[in-house]
Amino acid sequence: MKTLYDKLWEDHVVRSEADGTSLLYIDRHLVHEVTSPQAFEGLRLAGRRPWRTGANLATPDHNVPTRDREKGIDDPVARLQVETLDRNCRDFGITEFEMNDIRQGIVHVIGPEEGATLPGMTLVCGDSHTATHGALGALAFGIGTSEVEHVLATQCLIQKKSRNMLIEVKGRLGPGVDAKDLVLAIIGRIGTAGGTGYAIEFAGEAIRDLSVEGRMTVCNMTIEAGARVGLVAVDDTTIEYVKGRPYAPKGETWERAVAAWRNLHSDEGARFDRVVEIDATAIEPQMTWGTSPEMVVPVTGRVPDPAREPDPVKADGMRRALEYMGLEAGTPCTGIRPDVVFIGSCTNSRIEDLRAAAGVAKGRKVASNIRQALVVPGSGLVKKQAEEEGLDRIFIEAGFEWRDPGCSMCLAMNADRLEPGERCASTSNRNFEGRQGAGGRTHLVGPAMAAAAAVTGHFVDVRKLN
Amino acid sequence: MEKFETFSGIVAPLDRSNVDTDAIIPKQFLKSIKRTGFGPNLFDEWRYLDRGEPGMDCSKRPLNPDFVLNDPRYQGARILLARDNFGCGSSREHAPWALLDYGFRVVIAPSFADIFFNNCFKNGILPIVLDAKIIDDLFRRAVGDEPLKLRVDLENQTIGLPDGKTIGFEVDAFRKHCLLNGLDDIGLTLEHVDAIRAYEARRRQEAPWLFAE
Repeated sequence: MKTLYDKLWEDHVVRSEADGTSLLYIDRHLVHEVTSPQAFEGLRLAGRRPWRTGANLATPDHNVPTRDREKGIDDPVARLQVETLDRNCRDFGITEFEMNDIRQGIVHVIGPEEGATLPGMTLVCGDSHTATHGALGALAFGIGTSEVEHVLATQCLIQKKSRNMLIEVKGRLGPGVDAKDLVLAIIGRIGTAGGTGYAIEFAGEAIRDLSVEGRMTVCNMTIEAGARVGLVAVDDTTIEYVKGRPYAPKGETWERAVAAWRNLHSDEGARFDRVVEIDATAIEPQMTWGTSPEMVVPVTGRVPDPAREPDPVKADGMRRALEYMGLEAGTPCTGIRPDVVFIGSCTNSRIEDLRAAAGVAKGRKVASNIRQALVVPGSGLVKKQAEEEGLDRIFIEAGFEWRDPGCSMCLAMNADRLEPGERCASTSNRNFEGRQGAGGRTHLVGPAMAAAAAVTGHFVDVRKLN
Repeated sequence: MEKFETFSGIVAPLDRSNVDTDAIIPKQFLKSIKRTGFGPNLFDEWRYLDRGEPGMDCSKRPLNPDFVLNDPRYQGARILLARDNFGCGSSREHAPWALLDYGFRVVIAPSFADIFFNNCFKNGILPIVLDAKIIDDLFRRAVGDEPLKLRVDLENQTIGLPDGKTIGFEVDAFRKHCLLNGLDDIGLTLEHVDAIRAYEARRRQEAPWLFAE
């Protein structure tokens, strides 16, 4: 009896030492401009070539501008980094979706979209949100630049196996409660270090009910609970999603692949080192109030009081967070007013997210206290599909800006950023100090909640709109 | 990678938990295509009072006098003492590069985030996990008028205190071996080329869709 993680791990071990240190084979490597230049430089210095060129797929996403792309990149340092990726991919023969290719986008959006992420794969990327791809039953995790070089040179990584954790989400999510609310509630429950050292499998009725996009939102934030790996078992929803995508197998190979993928689930009675049960029916729309993703409350609640926290180190962290966020303990969440709204990132920039936000924005206007409301699709193809569905018109008529794909204000490496002291309702994944711009204050929410905050001018329970 | 040799160094106490890699090295400095030169921007938003951008001369920037690395007692510190979940967030290896470039060779904390922990070993930094009670004691000693100096001996897995006491610590045997000898992982893996090729040949039969070009 094996867990899904056990199966994926065992399928990829090339060799093991007695202490469990293993050489793990990597099927797919996604590459972006920020964490790869030093790795390519290392390859060159050692006179090495990529082990298997076709296993790599690259795109620039962190640094790219989200408007006026025909003019190129203004910032010379960012431009050099993107040009360095282009040159490295050319020199080493790696497929790259360059900035003006319609297939360009956030690595974690384009992998699944292209079928470059397949169930049963090992997939890595120099980016901590790589767990996103676990939504398709792939063993996917983020790595540093030295490991990027290691994968390029050897198609392997030196790893030790993690422990197994099961998060069983029982019951169904209520209307107006989405995958983002679910994962924020999970992080609030187990904490930002709750998953450290574990591979987490998400299971249960509420997970099975989610689309692959929703499962990606959940797996994406696994790292915010401390775990490098998040997984969902393969089912009909997964197979239906993969079918027909450009890199997906075809014909007879497809049939063989599907037969193999049907085994990608934990066996009945498989042993987990830790099991957490979550009641989906009790989850309300969530928002973070502090500077760590575990500092989260239901939007119907209030900003918590550090005086009521028994752990002194934690209470001190809460006080520091309140000061940074410019908030008083006890403030109702619905009394908090953002200055900026950001809908995008590898957590929430897929078509389903844009539909949810547009559903709220339709026929409404961005409130006058909002300086900027940005919608940044996850890829050129998501953008195209949204435009075919008329979502861009809904956003633009409501007063949102409709941008080109990239990481954008999730980490503010390009021109999209908060000014010091500005408050943001953001569908991204991290509310760390300065993450969206020095001195910026981030509240993490789902896409419908972000749109609701934009049109009302304050955080609001999206279930109470209309 | 530089070999890790026994040394004595001053401890800088950074008393907050969940220190993330965005705080260790903010995003604007990630645009560099080099591995070096990140030290002046380590903890940039906490360390300086102005807004840091790449290319600035950091020796002319206003320092935040309340930040630990600006305290005269901790100048030249080579050991960073921290709290729970140090290095959480982004996988950016620029975080250990910045710590190393500043001069840190050891980080001591009750727990670390996985990716950061792993990235340290690839760059000759030793992350040491100690019990929270021992960490509390080290914090008390480190904030006195005289800076705390510790002797870190990886070979024997001990930390020597000024009063002659020693604290033992755990480290993975393979990672210890690599650190002590300054070994490059890629070179080690390439000793197993035949095993990798045999694995690929088998998998091409079992799961050909994984090898479509």
